[in-house]
Amino acid sequence: MSNVPAELKYTKTHEWVRAESDGTVTVGITEHAQDLLGDMVFVELPEVGRVLKSDQDCAVVESVKAASDVYAPLAGEITAVNDAVVDSPELVNKSPYGDGWLFRMKPANAADLAGLLDAAGYAAVVAEDSH
Amino acid sequence: MPFIPHTEDDVQAMLAAIGADSIEALFDEIPAELLAKGLPNVPPGMSEMAVARLMHQRAAQDGMPLCFIGAGAYEHHIPAAVWEIASRGEFYSAYTPYQAEASQGTLQVLYEYQTMIASLTGMDASNASLYDGASGLAEAVLMAVRANRKSKSKRVLMPATVHPIYRKVVQAIVRNQGIELVELDYSGSGNIEPEYLKRYAGEDYAALVIPQPNFFGVLEEVDALTDWAHANHALAIGLVNPTAMAVLTPPGQWGGKGADIAVGEGQPLGAPLSSGGPYFGFITCKQEHVRQMPGRIIGRTVDLDGKVGYTLTLQAREQHIRRAKATSNICSNQGLMVTAATIYMALVGAEGLARVAHACHANTRALVERLTQIDCVEQVFCSPYFHEVVLRINQPVAEVLRALAVQDILGGYDLSADYPELGNAILVCATETRTAEDIERYAQNLERILSRRKDGPICTKLRPKEGTL
Repeated sequence: MSNVPAELKYTKTHEWVRAESDGTVTVGITEHAQDLLGDMVFVELPEVGRVLKSDQDCAVVESVKAASDVYAPLAGEITAVNDAVVDSPELVNKSPYGDGWLFRMKPANAADLAGLLDAAGYAAVVAEDSH
Repeated sequence: MPFIPHTEDDVQAMLAAIGADSIEALFDEIPAELLAKGLPNVPPGMSEMAVARLMHQRAAQDGMPLCFIGAGAYEHHIPAAVWEIASRGEFYSAYTPYQAEASQGTLQVLYEYQTMIASLTGMDASNASLYDGASGLAEAVLMAVRANRKSKSKRVLMPATVHPIYRKVVQAIVRNQGIELVELDYSGSGNIEPEYLKRYAGEDYAALVIPQPNFFGVLEEVDALTDWAHANHALAIGLVNPTAMAVLTPPGQWGGKGADIAVGEGQPLGAPLSSGGPYFGFITCKQEHVRQMPGRIIGRTVDLDGKVGYTLTLQAREQHIRRAKATSNICSNQGLMVTAATIYMALVGAEGLARVAHACHANTRALVERLTQIDCVEQVFCSPYFHEVVLRINQPVAEVLRALAVQDILGGYDLSADYPELGNAILVCATETRTAEDIERYAQNLERILSRRKDGPICTKLRPKEGTL
């Protein structure tokens, strides 16, 4: 079973979301997702300042065998992107919850965060998928 | 059940299993207005014998004329071994195989092809081919708009010195993607005047297309044009003739940084003219843009035992994986043409290709010198050229070309429809396959035809046309 940190929020599409103290959220893909995709070779990130709707596709993670869209977990504006993963896509494999984060966004409505899955909910989604 | 065809019994058995009464009932979900109402432009089916006869008749219409037409398709000598090898059963398919890794021979050919094309163009990476040169240029334009992060615009500078058919194809492919092609006029020298680009400076363009040689056969000032593009945050797309690349500076070395993308028609590398196809396109790019390149790249690796293997390395953006978000409409490729090109390049080698290129230039030079000795025939652009030149005569081109064709001489490409401002202009070409006798035969027939046409205007030496600058 993949690592699903209890302090994060999740989406059914395998993004994780961490609330930061400055009111922004950090977004990445889960350990389970990077495991499914395999060795990452390319990451395409959104532009800072881009305003997104919830569930809108905004980034691409590409492995040797597949390219997957990454979706905005919440509506909001992109405030930062992790340029380190553009140069070293393998960070997403090595440290999906750490150095392999993808982007930060300022949610349009902070309350939306509560609507995301918690760790147990996400673990159930993963368990369901693997059946 | 056999793979094909479905007999009426097969169809009935399948319908019974599904529980439908008829084919119409099976498809009744499809709205009637979406169903094709027959294909009126497609003739009815024919027997194999009738098709074979029709094809022989059509092939015979081509005859064995003496060809001085280039204009994007070139008659070159093809060593006999090229198609002896390319048409072996193992290679004889226009597709890369679907169980790709099981077809190491095909993958290795494509890998060698990529290596040779990248080397010929001086670029970092090549894909495993596109449909043809024109659609290749369209893919290069789409790729440049995706890849250029410094430009917000979807405007691309497209010179009038690019093949007119290529421009039409690019327009047809990109127009529904919000991309605007801005036409660049040519100078009195028949090429893009770098000074002229100043009026576009400071505007936002995603890319500049740079043909080398251009459609008139004239060499463009590729270094200045590439540097201009980069100074203005546009990508430089080189559109090149592969034979010419054996003797000219390849796009990878143009200007200070080199072109970003290079593309072209691969037909001169071992594919016969064959009435216009099949040909193939090549596309290459710098490493930094490789993720935006359409199509597939074959890579070389080693397996767990250290044995060399070839594999589809870049394919995650293709249709079978990215579906609607695939970055190109290139799925299958022109694998057989590419196989022939690989064998051609391997046989002639870099030195051989340079000899071919030098012979093309020398023969074209001899052709131009001989033809311009005729009264009323003049060279339109006094600029350096590779193996094509624009000539002007004092009579309607179509009629003169028709008269030459009666003598089994294809005298060139009539420019009057695409470039009416040039007057009675013909684009002529002599590749390494033309001999001194061929050139003399053309010249004598042209001279006779021009002097015999007494109804034409009085024959005086024309003055060069003023430039459009």
